[in-house]
Amino acid sequence: MELKSKVPSGPLQEKWDRHRFEMKLVNPANKRKFSVLVVGSGLAGGSAAATLGELGYNVKCFCFQDSPRRAHSIAAQGGINAAKNYQNDGDSIWRLFYDTVKGGDFRAREANVYRLAQISVNIIDQCVAQGVPFAREYGGLLANRSFGGAQVSRTFYARGQTGQQLLLGCYQALERQVAAGTVRMHTRTEMLDLIVVDGVARGIVTRDMVTGAIETHLADAVILATGGYGNVFYLSTNAKGCNVTATWRAHRRGAAFGNPCYTQIHPTCIPVSGDHQSKLTLMSESLRNDGRVWVPKKQGDNRPPHAIPEDERDYYLERKYPSFGNLCPRDIASRAAKEVCDEGRGVGPNGLGVYLDFGSAIQRVGEAKIAERYGNLFQMYERITDENPYKVPMRIYPAVHYTMGGLWVDYNLMSTIPGLHVLGEANFSDHGANRLGASALMQGLADGYFVIPYTIGDYLAQAALPKLDESHPEVRATVAAVTERTAQLLAVKGKRTVDSFHRELGKLMWDNCGMARTAAGLRHNLQRIPELRAEFWQNVNVPGSGAELNQSLEKAGRVADFLEFAELMCLDALHREESCGGHFRTEHQTPDGEAQRDDANFTYVAAWEYQGPGKAPVLHKEPLAFENVKLSTRSYK
Amino acid sequence: MNLTLYVWRQPAGSPSGQLVKYDAPDISPDMSFLEMLDVTNERLIARGEQPIAFDHDCREGICGSCGMMINGVAHGPMKGTATCQLHMRSFKDGDTIYIEPWRARAFPVIKDLVVDRGALDRIVAAGGYISVSTGSAPDGNAIPVPKTDADAAMDAAACIGCGACVAACPNASAMLFTSAKVGHLKMLPQGQPERGRRVLAMEAQMEAEGFGGCTWHGECEEACPKEISIDWIVELYRDYIWATVVRREERAAEAAI
Amino acid sequence: MTRFGVYFRSTVGRKAVAAVTGVVMVLFIIQHALGNLLIYQSAANLNRYAAFLKDKPGIVWPVRIILLAAVGLHVWAVLSLAAQNRAARPVGYAKRTPQASTLASRNILVTGLLLLAFIVFHVLHFTTGTILPSTHMPMDVYGNVVRGFRIWWVSLFYFVAMVGLGMHLYHGLWGSPRTLGVENPYAPAHKPIPQIIAIVVWALFTSIPVAVVIGYLHL
Repeated sequence: MELKSKVPSGPLQEKWDRHRFEMKLVNPANKRKFSVLVVGSGLAGGSAAATLGELGYNVKCFCFQDSPRRAHSIAAQGGINAAKNYQNDGDSIWRLFYDTVKGGDFRAREANVYRLAQISVNIIDQCVAQGVPFAREYGGLLANRSFGGAQVSRTFYARGQTGQQLLLGCYQALERQVAAGTVRMHTRTEMLDLIVVDGVARGIVTRDMVTGAIETHLADAVILATGGYGNVFYLSTNAKGCNVTATWRAHRRGAAFGNPCYTQIHPTCIPVSGDHQSKLTLMSESLRNDGRVWVPKKQGDNRPPHAIPEDERDYYLERKYPSFGNLCPRDIASRAAKEVCDEGRGVGPNGLGVYLDFGSAIQRVGEAKIAERYGNLFQMYERITDENPYKVPMRIYPAVHYTMGGLWVDYNLMSTIPGLHVLGEANFSDHGANRLGASALMQGLADGYFVIPYTIGDYLAQAALPKLDESHPEVRATVAAVTERTAQLLAVKGKRTVDSFHRELGKLMWDNCGMARTAAGLRHNLQRIPELRAEFWQNVNVPGSGAELNQSLEKAGRVADFLEFAELMCLDALHREESCGGHFRTEHQTPDGEAQRDDANFTYVAAWEYQGPGKAPVLHKEPLAFENVKLSTRSYK
Repeated sequence: MNLTLYVWRQPAGSPSGQLVKYDAPDISPDMSFLEMLDVTNERLIARGEQPIAFDHDCREGICGSCGMMINGVAHGPMKGTATCQLHMRSFKDGDTIYIEPWRARAFPVIKDLVVDRGALDRIVAAGGYISVSTGSAPDGNAIPVPKTDADAAMDAAACIGCGACVAACPNASAMLFTSAKVGHLKMLPQGQPERGRRVLAMEAQMEAEGFGGCTWHGECEEACPKEISIDWIVELYRDYIWATVVRREERAAEAAI
Repeated sequence: MTRFGVYFRSTVGRKAVAAVTGVVMVLFIIQHALGNLLIYQSAANLNRYAAFLKDKPGIVWPVRIILLAAVGLHVWAVLSLAAQNRAARPVGYAKRTPQASTLASRNILVTGLLLLAFIVFHVLHFTTGTILPSTHMPMDVYGNVVRGFRIWWVSLFYFVAMVGLGMHLYHGLWGSPRTLGVENPYAPAHKPIPQIIAIVVWALFTSIPVAVVIGYLHL
């Protein structure tokens, strides 16, 4: 396997424009002759399906939910970045590019990030035209706020529901194409495998989640926009249905997996309350604009927060990072919280929490102002914890939130399998080792609205694909493999539920491949995961049949894939002998506990190639060249 | 705490079902309602029974997947809350809880508590959008929008499409859902060109799906987890009459209905 | 379909028909209730008012035709809507706990059917004298009223029907301006107006049989 990034030549600012001109076009009359499958209907998939439909391609779009509007992009709260510089505060495309590269700890591809920053401005225009009700000033113009780790106000938002509004805009555009007949929507349909014929992605095998029918969909190109794999940790802020199956199945068919160990732990989530916990709830990062993070100075201080005097509180973010304080980037804030809890200074019933205190902000601007800014978040917090954050400081703890790793793609967003394109969180491309706040929405929409519509045309114009039907031996073999695996899951009828395996895997991953990783812990996982996987296939209990709506079967298939994927994640984390962004190896830290990169040896993308069951994957390296920014140590002090 | 559940069980593909009684002992008040069902399901599987099927995904009240009638109230007793955000501390030890699926002709039951809400997507497909193809947009600040209008649009746009309004309405009407989308887009300058066409087409689709009409019971507004106001339905009616009586160019749209 | 065809097909259109015809009937009812007040002045005044109306077929007949059409359209619209609404939920809930709907809103069809029956009875009783002809004397409206209401079951029926009318107006008047999109949704101060009208109309109509029964109005 050879990794060709296909980054166009020329100066950074001109690469995308030049590339757009050089790409081949598909004649408008021919577009409807090409069929494209889009798996996933979130910001990336939904925007891609809608836009390709508008262009005239013959599109099928798939989602496992009952409606494309339910994709997990909907849960993003904070906002979307764009280099509009409406605030006249010194923002520019170059600055957004630089911030993103630096925020990603210099582990992203320069050309992709620059393109993202360029396109960011078009996204806002497009969304406004669609009717996304962004927050506005009294003059009628768009409002901005500053967000996680940025020193300019470039974040556009729609109350605390930016992801929802952007997704609804994209969903409406998609439904318009459904009505126009250019897109056919397949809801409650899960992709279970990729069909590769002569080395080219030509279709997918799906399961109709209502009837259980295993179906084949053939096309000229396949787009995966299936999100991240945070649920490998069982507890995360992801929706319950989020899974790695589509990307993992593609990986098994030959798509290289890039940087699987890069995961983002979000610092402001509601702490775990008990064993019954099924998911973690994020509290928007914007809370850190007014909330101050602290723990008691003394270990095991069990006094209620108001009984702890000011001079016995440790505002550790303000202490350690005076210039960014409570607004330092996510990876740094998360690690700092873990550190103080490890020292025994954590708060709450199980000691896994820190305070996010609005006391001084309420004193400064009044409770009404705070309610106006964060009312819905405070209400959500109170509903879940039964504590009133206006009176008692919030308790927060980090939780898995986003995965920067994903299928390796070139500049055209095509994976190592020709014809297979990967967008949004499902690819590895733009965030390096850490993603900045309000950048995920930006990337998803950039990929779907403005990148793939061009690059897929270039692919289709040159692909010269032979005719294919379902009788092709490769197609039949893939369908047979899916059918057999489903039957196997149902046949075990063991003693343990799917969830119990998932919980156990999640705990292994959180303990040893979470916020801080050690070689010993990762080796332990690499030994334990195959054992757990073996037990799964001997002892899992999946009730019911395959020919009906069977939620246990759906979960079982996803957990089976997590059990394979987790091993690759640990392997990647073990091989990366440095700390960067969200990947923190305890062995590699500066004397004052900060991440220590090893640029000499690790300035590359790790792309793993699948070799077959039970065989060690092969590592390929795509070197990262930084021609426009200077590698430096991230400092938020 | 210990609870008694009566849960609607309907096998996949079967036209009918029944309420089945389950004991739910040792439920923590910190559990969410769906976590209580998770625990019940783990116990059912351990006993060799089929778990209760229910839709859910984000579990933070925004995706709109979850929803069930809980003791005869859509999304249960806490106002402005989706089922996933309802916590068991809203119930008392010894309570009996009836759990039923959304009921409407337009929402056929697929299995147990899972219903098909595709009708809501088709209402949006009928006209719940602004026709703007990618790439054709002017600058975001080219058209100022008064803050009050943008805020009102956001109020309506907060709809999560869960279907609770339909479930709660004695007429199984989707009028609150439809009016929220019509209202969101009519408040914005970008939504004006298709305003009349949109309301006619969406309303016609709503009826074609077999939903009932509004008779101002107000149950929808009470059930809505995003507390969307029934006043949006007034706005829809006003636009509807305006589109048929006043606006001449809407004649062209009559082809759509 | 023509531009106005939607008013016979869509629920919104048929509701608008029901609302407009409802408003027409309410205007008549208010006029009727105020006219009735003459009974408290004197028998002669009431009878003179009746004779005055009888003398103007050029006014009375068009009004009657309009009212008849309004009743017909109203009944057609609401019955077809009710059938559609009922069909929208073929399987009901085992347990249902209303949160916002009122007795009046949930029973508007029942009160409507009661009123329909009442109107037929009322016309046959007081206008044509077909029912209970022994109590009916042409041109003596006052006497007819008193003789009629001295029969206990007639008074009871009127009383019950007026409760129905009050409930019907209570919800119908709240909904009609909303259905026509003319109510300003942001004016909560308007909310009690339909309720006040409903209560006043109910009180005016109910007072007459009550006054007869307790002997305040007599021959």
